[in-house]
Amino acid sequence: MVPPRTKRECEAGSTQNPAVPIDWNGLAYARAQMGISLAFHIVFAAAGVALPALMVLADVQHRRTRDPEYLQLSKQLAKGTSILFAVGAVSGTVLSFELGLLWPRFMGRFGESIGLPFALEGFAFFTEAIFLGIYLYGRGKVSPNLHLASGVAVAVSGAASALFVTLVSAFMNGPGGTDPIAAMASPSWPYQVVHVLLSCYQATAWAMVAISAFILLRDPKRTLHRKALALALPMACLTALVQPLSGDRSAKHLAVAQPLKLAAAEAHLHTAPRAPLHVGGVPDLDTGEFHGAIPIPGGLSFLAFGDFDAPVTGLDAFPRADWPPVLRVRTAFQVMVGAGSAMALAALAVIVVAARRAARRRPRLPDGRRWLLAFVALGPLGFVSLEAGWLVTEWGRQPWIVRGLMRTAEAVTDFPYKAAPFWLFTTVYVFLGVAVVYLLARQIARADRPHGPTGSAHAD
Amino acid sequence: MPTDLWLAGAIGVALCLYFLFGGADFGGGVWDLLARGPRAEAQRRAIAAAIGPVWEANHVWLILVIVMLFAGFPPAFAAISVALHVPLTLFIVGVVLRGSAFAFRSLDDQTRDPQRVPSPPREGRAGEAVPSPRDLGDPGQRRFGRVFSMASTIAPVLLGAVVGALVSGDIRVQGGVVTSGFFAAWLAPFPLAVGLFALALCALLAATYLTVETSDPTLREDFRRRALAAAVAVGVIALVAFVLAGSGAPRVRAALAARRWSWPFHGLTGAAAVTAIAALATRRFRLARVAVAAQTVLILVGWALAQYPYLVVPDVTLHAAAASARAQRLLLIALAAGLPVLLPSLWLLFRVFKRAKNSARASTAP
Repeated sequence: MVPPRTKRECEAGSTQNPAVPIDWNGLAYARAQMGISLAFHIVFAAAGVALPALMVLADVQHRRTRDPEYLQLSKQLAKGTSILFAVGAVSGTVLSFELGLLWPRFMGRFGESIGLPFALEGFAFFTEAIFLGIYLYGRGKVSPNLHLASGVAVAVSGAASALFVTLVSAFMNGPGGTDPIAAMASPSWPYQVVHVLLSCYQATAWAMVAISAFILLRDPKRTLHRKALALALPMACLTALVQPLSGDRSAKHLAVAQPLKLAAAEAHLHTAPRAPLHVGGVPDLDTGEFHGAIPIPGGLSFLAFGDFDAPVTGLDAFPRADWPPVLRVRTAFQVMVGAGSAMALAALAVIVVAARRAARRRPRLPDGRRWLLAFVALGPLGFVSLEAGWLVTEWGRQPWIVRGLMRTAEAVTDFPYKAAPFWLFTTVYVFLGVAVVYLLARQIARADRPHGPTGSAHAD
Repeated sequence: MPTDLWLAGAIGVALCLYFLFGGADFGGGVWDLLARGPRAEAQRRAIAAAIGPVWEANHVWLILVIVMLFAGFPPAFAAISVALHVPLTLFIVGVVLRGSAFAFRSLDDQTRDPQRVPSPPREGRAGEAVPSPRDLGDPGQRRFGRVFSMASTIAPVLLGAVVGALVSGDIRVQGGVVTSGFFAAWLAPFPLAVGLFALALCALLAATYLTVETSDPTLREDFRRRALAAAVAVGVIALVAFVLAGSGAPRVRAALAARRWSWPFHGLTGAAAVTAIAALATRRFRLARVAVAAQTVLILVGWALAQYPYLVVPDVTLHAAAASARAQRLLLIALAAGLPVLLPSLWLLFRVFKRAKNSARASTAP
């Protein structure tokens, strides 16, 4: 583990004041535009990583069982993938331009540092797009083995894309150096990459679990969706159980490498041993007190260092000008941890029940009405915690764009009319969001209607 | 050769490929917008079938260009992003709307496989006839189709205007700060003429490719006529842009007119253009495809040579904007490492989907 940057190094970056006074309003618009673009893109990117894996799993099941419903399911997932991938691809393009359009000074100075992972991501993206084309349009045109291999290539290159992009985020959060190689291997990269990749599979699998459960609640005879549930639930449960472990490793890393971010996430004001963990409630940042929170004595010390008496660095160790927006960071963190814990508990319950059923030689899938209701309620939590976790890392990095080296306010563009592109992109994304939800809902509703105006299980 | 030249060359190659493939996809949208007559739906279907499997892969060339630009020449990327904020923003909005609307339209086709043959109208829920999935004709699909085609038409104009502004000499950068404002450099006759030129070129590429990729002879004739019209438009707009360059981009025009390579090069480009028109006129469609692609590459190479050594005329040169030699070298290594994965994959994609469909080409035309 690389030691944290010294304070002097941090200050060296902050002395570069921009010549012109900062346009705070414009900065807010630029940050909001970047934030909306990323928040929007992340959903599609995550689905683009995980949905191909589920689609390949369905294909494999079809090969094993020759059950035409698995083929149908795989095709539906392929269609979902193609809509989500298309929107993810174009919204990702927007981001690559926005890096320059909104943060030209950041790109002018650090473009060469972060170019390498982005270039590799470009190739991963290329592979993903090419093999998705072959998978989507090539069924029946290419051999079944090549077809399945294309699906695998999509899934693998999707994960590779996510890995490379997360390397850039790790650099911005805690640069290991500005040399391209050092920038690619910033200290936090293994923690962040594992956490991000898991979150992609987790969010997508839970969403699919919820959608299948929702349809089964309304019409239990739609067996295709029972198979979809059975396909997604293991992935959902596995990731939900592993993710807290990965989060714990990340928190322990932050405690050493980025103590300010951890202090903000916990609204931990005073550096002290035996630091308590506060669940819920509202912190008072002047006194360090919490209102309405459940305190766990020594909890934060234990989470950060595995020792109930270890001292944990608080916000007071840092100048207030360097604090991130503590309340927002903590709220996002609580949402992420809360949603993650709910999913982990549910996963545990599912596994226990499935094991007991298996012992009694009954079908293992817990798909009673109450389970389905629970799945519908839990389903959105995957994406909720994904977005919340992303907010923790982005807000938690503020006021820096590259921690210790450049402040966000220094990086922003001189373009004076920042409100205009913000509203333009917001409008575009609202339009796209509505269209995607509408299309996917229609697609899913029609997925297995035997005699409807649309596809049927006997179509092929 | 120093790393900055290698990298500039790589950007040029990627830009050429983006124009040859991604540009043709934009051109497909143009012909979707201009689809007319009794075969309008058939034309749209042919365009959608040609674009569908490949447009996303073709689009990635643009990402590669952007990444190589900001990784290899960071200050130039910063200056371009500031000076051309407006057209670049509008361009990417066009890219977003084009891509998503196309995906929405093709996937909203009643849940059928993209490759399914048209089926007769079937009974809808309330008993009304539902259009068959492949005629892109239900109201929702038509709406997405309009978004797709209009965005495809606007985006290349903006990209061309960006190129026009880069060579105009009107973007001034002093000490890394853009001093020439946000509108004047691209909102002028010359850059807009370059925008229209790019649009015509995209349309020409698309129509010519479609003559090879359509199996229906009457459709092929439709696209042949469109390709010929676009070829004429390309010629006319090129002349207009060249004239406008006299005051709109004097430095680059001087380079285009007066360097040692200038006139032989124009001769070559002209020969490719004439070959393309002749091949289209005599229905040698494969030859036309090669000639049009050659013409496009020559135009882009001519632009690059005329602009050399500037990335942004007249204040940002390749050399001055270059990242550290180490960063550029690493980037080149990454590119070299990526190509062995990329090229066979691309070859496979095009082999699966782009084998010519009109094996009996000249003889079947009316």
